[in-house]
Amino acid sequence: MAQPADLLYSKEHEWVKIEGETALVGITDYAQNSLGDIVYVELPRVGKQIDQFGNVGVVESVKAVSDLFTPIGGEVVEINGALENDPAAVNRDPYGAGWLFKVKLTNAGETGNLLSAADYEKIATE
Amino acid sequence: MSTQTSNDRPNAAPPLIFELGQEGRANRYVEEGRPLDQFLPTSLLRDELPLPDNSELEVVRHFTKLSQRTFGIDLGFYPLGSCTMKYNPRVNDAMASKREFAQLHPYTPDEHAQGALQVMYELERSLSSLFGMAAFSLNPSAGAHAELAALLIAKKYFKDRGESHRDKVIVPDTAHGTNPASAAMCGFKVISLPSDERGRVSVEEIKKVVGPDTAVCMMTNPNTLGLFEDHIHEIAAAVHEVGGLMYYDGANANAIMGNVRPGDMGFDLMHLNLHKTFTIPHGGGGAGHGPVGVAAHLVDYLPTPYVRATPAKADATASNGRPLAPSDAMTYELDFDRPKSIGPMRSFWSNFAHAVRALAYIYANGADGLKKVSQLAVLNANYVRVKVADFLETPYPEICRHEFVASAQDLKKATGVKALDIAKALLDHGMMAPTMYFPLIVPECLMIEPTETESKETLDHFVEVLREIVETARKEPETIMAAPVKTVVGRVDETRAARQPDLKWEPASA
Repeated sequence: MAQPADLLYSKEHEWVKIEGETALVGITDYAQNSLGDIVYVELPRVGKQIDQFGNVGVVESVKAVSDLFTPIGGEVVEINGALENDPAAVNRDPYGAGWLFKVKLTNAGETGNLLSAADYEKIATE
Repeated sequence: MSTQTSNDRPNAAPPLIFELGQEGRANRYVEEGRPLDQFLPTSLLRDELPLPDNSELEVVRHFTKLSQRTFGIDLGFYPLGSCTMKYNPRVNDAMASKREFAQLHPYTPDEHAQGALQVMYELERSLSSLFGMAAFSLNPSAGAHAELAALLIAKKYFKDRGESHRDKVIVPDTAHGTNPASAAMCGFKVISLPSDERGRVSVEEIKKVVGPDTAVCMMTNPNTLGLFEDHIHEIAAAVHEVGGLMYYDGANANAIMGNVRPGDMGFDLMHLNLHKTFTIPHGGGGAGHGPVGVAAHLVDYLPTPYVRATPAKADATASNGRPLAPSDAMTYELDFDRPKSIGPMRSFWSNFAHAVRALAYIYANGADGLKKVSQLAVLNANYVRVKVADFLETPYPEICRHEFVASAQDLKKATGVKALDIAKALLDHGMMAPTMYFPLIVPECLMIEPTETESKETLDHFVEVLREIVETARKEPETIMAAPVKTVVGRVDETRAARQPDLKWEPASA
């Protein structure tokens, strides 16, 4: 699957969609494919302040339990509660229904530390 | 109620024990007609529990049938990396089953339990000498439990020194998987350290992350790639220089026992998994035994009780009035009065029967024998590694210790056959699968640990079976992806099991 061009990416295989003062975060198609069937996602609680590239949760698949890092800092304003009963949404639709959480940005300049779709593509296909 | 037995449908799931039996069938060990409230306080009596009512024979057949549907070391080769699934000699069980040990009550006064205390003392001394530690506590009952004990020791040690600000625990990505969890349980912040291209911790990298806030560096040596950390002295020096402690995860002790000692490598704390290295059965999440060992400056912090031995008085006589035998020359007692101790990690004497098994194994082998155990474990792993490199990628092609990692990454790209499929195919050949997808740094990882107890014929057979699976995967991948087909239980739906765990039986009428 090609990486959506309108998103920004981290080296840890997360994506960010900037929507004004907030940003939507998820994991990439490459990440969900490497992890295999995801069985549980532990998300940060709403209201929590998170730092860019900090460890904010856990993604558990049948293969392994992996740390979830946030590609962008800010205050968590919403989490994807549907994943509690349907973690498979991350596998089915990583850029859509499988989104993880939404943050209110602290510092919009942090996007400068992220990768474009083309640059991320190089890392993911290495 | 189901009257179906697994003989009617050999591959179908057998009924649960709750679905067998009928009211009044169980053997009653309580006198007929005597109400239960004559035995138990009425407040403890419950009648809402839907307990099964089975005859003894029904129970024996039920569990024997279940055992036929699973696999264990007594049935075949079990190369599960990091778990050291070696053969557990029956003599260990014979010793642990002796009436004098098995029927000893945990409240028995020390003077009536001298033999048992002597076992604990001699095991503690043997482990200390084998691994270069000042002392061990036999109190924790599993590896991760001992890791927690060690970190609690570190925490208390730093508190006593007025250094409670040390809150960072460094864990390389080649360390054992439980380390970060133990550190987090203890309130430390975990710093994950990437390994270098040789699969090892680099001295330069460790120097970058250590500092005045470093509490402990937790390492597994050899690491989970089966590679020996050859710069361990420099790494330990860098951690000690900033005042931190070095922790040795003994998960891979089978690779070094009797040959090199963590104490000599510079470690201050360590644990051992007696259920790995010292031939105690691995219970399915059941009783393990994880002694925690420390260097001299941390002995006072060990969990209680600690077994203390003192030479008997010169004029002492045995209880029958005869002179003391040499084995009675010491008296043993459980020491609970250790003010700096972190306290007990669990009740009583931990899993005492395991201490008997481990000591039986140590004495059966002797110091030279234990040294040879490790050497053979390493030889077997390298023998298999070199042969497997013929047909599977081995990302770290150098002399390994007791285990090595292979990768099915290339095979997956070429054929779609994953490490999981290879593992399942091995089951069709009467072998257990290796550990899969661990360590996380190797894609499509197969982590193979043959152990020292397997013969050359078994190792050769394993390699040939693995070769055949890989060759079949290249020609007809769908065959391997459909495996296992010969086992009683076919490929299970692991995803559904994890997403919708259904573990509780309830009566249909409820």
